Amino acid sequence: MPAAAVTATQVVKWFGEGEARTTALRGVNLDAYFGEMLYIVGPSGSGKTTLLSVVSGILRPNEGGVVVDGCDIWRLGTDKLADFRLRKIGFVFQDFHLFPRLTTAENVAIPLILRRTHWDDAMAQAIKYLEVVGLHARADVPPVKLSGGEQQRVAIARAIAGQPDILIMDEPTASLDGDTGHAILGFVREHLLTEQRCILIVTHDSRIYEFATRILRMEDGRLMSVEKGRAA
Amino acid sequence: MNGILRLAYKLLVNDRTKFAALIVGITFAVFLMVQMLSMFAGILGRSSATVLNIGASMWVMDPGVQTVQSSIGMPDYVLDAVRSIQGVAFAVPFYSGGALVKLADGTYQSVTVLGLDDTSLFGRPPLVAGQIEDLYAENAFVVLKDPEYRKLQNPGIGTEFQINDHRGVVVGLARAASAGLFGIPTLYTTYSRVLQYLPTPRFTISYVLVEPKSPADVAHIKQDVEALGYLALTQEEFIDRISTFYKYQTGVGTNILIMTVMSFLVGLSVSAQTFYTFVLENLERFGALKAIGTRSRDLILMILFQAAFTALTGYGLGVGLCALLITAAKLRLPSYASTITYWNLAAAFVMVLVIAAVSSYMGVRKVLRVEPFDIFRS
Repeated sequence: MPAAAVTATQVVKWFGEGEARTTALRGVNLDAYFGEMLYIVGPSGSGKTTLLSVVSGILRPNEGGVVVDGCDIWRLGTDKLADFRLRKIGFVFQDFHLFPRLTTAENVAIPLILRRTHWDDAMAQAIKYLEVVGLHARADVPPVKLSGGEQQRVAIARAIAGQPDILIMDEPTASLDGDTGHAILGFVREHLLTEQRCILIVTHDSRIYEFATRILRMEDGRLMSVEKGRAA
Repeated sequence: MNGILRLAYKLLVNDRTKFAALIVGITFAVFLMVQMLSMFAGILGRSSATVLNIGASMWVMDPGVQTVQSSIGMPDYVLDAVRSIQGVAFAVPFYSGGALVKLADGTYQSVTVLGLDDTSLFGRPPLVAGQIEDLYAENAFVVLKDPEYRKLQNPGIGTEFQINDHRGVVVGLARAASAGLFGIPTLYTTYSRVLQYLPTPRFTISYVLVEPKSPADVAHIKQDVEALGYLALTQEEFIDRISTFYKYQTGVGTNILIMTVMSFLVGLSVSAQTFYTFVLENLERFGALKAIGTRSRDLILMILFQAAFTALTGYGLGVGLCALLITAAKLRLPSYASTITYWNLAAAFVMVLVIAAVSSYMGVRKVLRVEPFDIFRS
């Protein structure tokens, strides 16, 4: 049995107060393991992104706890939690959120720079990660001059530059056409999924389900069913 | 450079349009602030030109005197009384007044006439042409070669003119430590010749110039002069008195202060607004940085660095532009009264720091409030 990368226990999260209160997560339990590529799927508003935010240390739950790689993250202080995310978790955002005024290599180097890596070393490593995603020839180009698929790969290179144990991808194909999205997820599965890494993906794009090792369905703030792979 | 600061630098300067707008805003504000303050410093410096050029340690005057030009005549006994005060090394009479000079082409020019003690010529200026002892010759005058000198049609040694229907002859040209404020030329002659050439009231001594035996004597000389009903001031005190007069009793200081504050407010609003817009446009990316794991203090450091870098660059350009303009203006208008002092630079620097602080405060508040979760939700 692989080690648990992420364990969420009875997580409850609501927004607003009084009559305006909306409950996004209703006692969610989740186990994600190293070596798996776990999809969380479901309709819009089902709580997928909220769950992803809670387990990645970005959104504090109202109830319940989250243990990531053996660390109860919501017991950490703000700065320690930020450090934890920087060292342990890589993010690929839905809209990429690349810096248009920086070069591709500088974008990829950001997590390394935040870890106080020397600028020149960070750039050298960034080029290596751009090689991994096949974009090293475009290292000096700003992201705005790249296609959507290329920007996605830059975002992936940035996410893995810090060699995170957990890779979190939010709707990774939402801004891409079908073929590009398919190619990107194939690349992630083939090159980035290792025994030491857990990849959590939120998506509602059924065309990429084939790359998942396991799929969990969310509905109305609850994890409802296992669609593929072993039981949660 | 620290990697995080280098990242902040690149985020700032690579957005060329916004960076240019920020730099232009601060440069313009600094230019206006330094220009206003320099003009004021120039006016204040020139208002005390005679005090600096004469160089006496102490000046005795009527208590009603506010500036050198507004002298009130004192009776001769004051000179004798001051000379008798213990601790006075010497005391000499000094005249300061105005007259009209008729030039060779028949036109008239107002001048300031300074009358030096006949015996010692104390307060005489350094000459660039002629001999100071020639001042004892008949009708002799020394002309101060300051920016106003050309208004006397650039006289040389031996040039003749009329002053109050008396013949005057230029026997020397003097160098000025400081040019005057009112844009009129200055003539030096002896005290007795002034009384002879210019219409004088009953009391003729404008000032008594005093040299104390030692700095320790200054205090009791002042006391003894006060006992006579007059006022004794050191050179610095007299300069301060003149400055105070121009600052608070003429409107010059208030007007320039208002203009300086307006320049500051314009700079503050333009820069703060532009910087805030810059932060707003990058807000999602700052949120992404927070999500990735940037600590709040690193984000604050980045924003402070960006604001400080912009402010200091704008400050340097603004000061440089102002210096360039003042230099160019002085080439065309030698009497242009504007001087950049260290105090001006320091005052403008403090105002620029305030602009940077306010701009970065607004940016920091916004960035610290952005929720990384919003990045996911977008």
